[in-house]
Amino acid sequence: MNPKLHTISLTINQQTYHLKVLPWVSLLDALREYLHLSGSKKGCDHGQCGACTILCDGKRILSCLSLAVMKDGSEITTIEGIAQEGQLHPLQKAFIEHDAFQCGYCTPGQICSAIGMLQEAKAHTREEVKELMSGNLCRCGANVGIIDAIMEVKEGGKGE
Amino acid sequence: MPEAIELVGENNDKKFVAGGTNLIDLLKYFITSADTLVDINKIEGAAYHEIHEHHGGLRLGAFARNADTAYHPLVEKQYPLLSKAILAGASAQIRNMATNGGNLLQRTRCYYFYDANAPCNKREPGSGCSAIPGYNRIMAILGTSEQCIAVFPSDMCIALAALEAVVNIAGPVGERQVSFADFHRLPGNTPHLDNNLQQGELITSIDLPEKGFAENYSYLKLRDRHSYAFALVSVATGLELEGEVMREARIVLGGVAHKPWRVRDAEVFLMDKKANEKNFAAAAEIVLEGAQGYRFNGFKIELAKRAIVRNCMMALHPEQSQLPGARP
Repeated sequence: MNPKLHTISLTINQQTYHLKVLPWVSLLDALREYLHLSGSKKGCDHGQCGACTILCDGKRILSCLSLAVMKDGSEITTIEGIAQEGQLHPLQKAFIEHDAFQCGYCTPGQICSAIGMLQEAKAHTREEVKELMSGNLCRCGANVGIIDAIMEVKEGGKGE
Repeated sequence: MPEAIELVGENNDKKFVAGGTNLIDLLKYFITSADTLVDINKIEGAAYHEIHEHHGGLRLGAFARNADTAYHPLVEKQYPLLSKAILAGASAQIRNMATNGGNLLQRTRCYYFYDANAPCNKREPGSGCSAIPGYNRIMAILGTSEQCIAVFPSDMCIALAALEAVVNIAGPVGERQVSFADFHRLPGNTPHLDNNLQQGELITSIDLPEKGFAENYSYLKLRDRHSYAFALVSVATGLELEGEVMREARIVLGGVAHKPWRVRDAEVFLMDKKANEKNFAAAAEIVLEGAQGYRFNGFKIELAKRAIVRNCMMALHPEQSQLPGARP
């Protein structure tokens, strides 16, 4: 077996990076270890917790189950890119207001997932929001605050 | 497409990767291995990636994402059973990544299959089955063998079985079609084989016949959590009603066997009968004939019977029963 380094380019938070990675490096590891964008968290590394959720070409996906080489050329948004020009995103503000995090470890994934969900525009009721956010686990139990925050942004039509 | 097939060839060390949601997981746990992955997302061809009308039915591209399929207007309209089944599975993020073809090929989540240190006839034929004497709450009660009691965990496939989908395959020896009922296998003496796809073959699309049971359908998934968990028991029902009387019924169980569990005799029994609990209960007995419980999953037998009755009743009013948060 002769693993070779693949050269890839990833546009992350509107900045393009060129990387050489071995084929088995996950997108999550590429973000955290190679690009030092440690906002996205490794909760389980097996697609079961959602802490690694990022937006790729507009869709929320799990970066721990994505290979970096397979995302060559993609446009990625991580939690580091959610605030714009020093201004918190409405969802970030709502998370603070609604006590939507305790330890904060699931939070980047929750926020990216919620933004993706609002863009999907399939969740209309609180029940649907809960169901469509079920891929993001919170062991601190801040779930009620998380849903409250999302509902506020959703109702306000500011979800983006 | 031909290049991709040639790249993988007959060698089990080379594998196709599409969504990667199961394959990457298995590679991380060293349950499976590959020296080469061929990224098939780049294969060109609308038929593989899109969803189109096809002979009165629908052709689902194998590389189309589960989420895009569930939310596709033609699927929602003509095959809402499929849409609901897909949305019952995994999480939104995983559904955004996972492909239709990959969903058929996902492997069991048996704890012992996933534990490289545990004897497992599926991973290593002849090494033994750790689940039969072990903690087998999530394992099968139907179609098991002494070698394997693993469950096939897909939700989408339960609906595809109920809809009598056809699987289109391309490979080194050409193209072929396999009826859904014949795609997945029972463990028997060959627990290492999940399905009848041969090494080097690729699913290209899945055809849905015209009949979608859009007026009377239901998918019920019973699990230890409200969401984001595999089924203990799931049921897909499609009914064709004329007044109170059923002209056709489809009932398929998930969470209970090595493949979607469909017993035609139960469906034939229901033909020309009234759609009521008594008849559904009688049908459920037929579906569960031969069921065998193991130490920690015997509850599934009674649960499955009741789930069938409940789901068939839910199928009478899908406009209410299929709403998120509707109490089953």
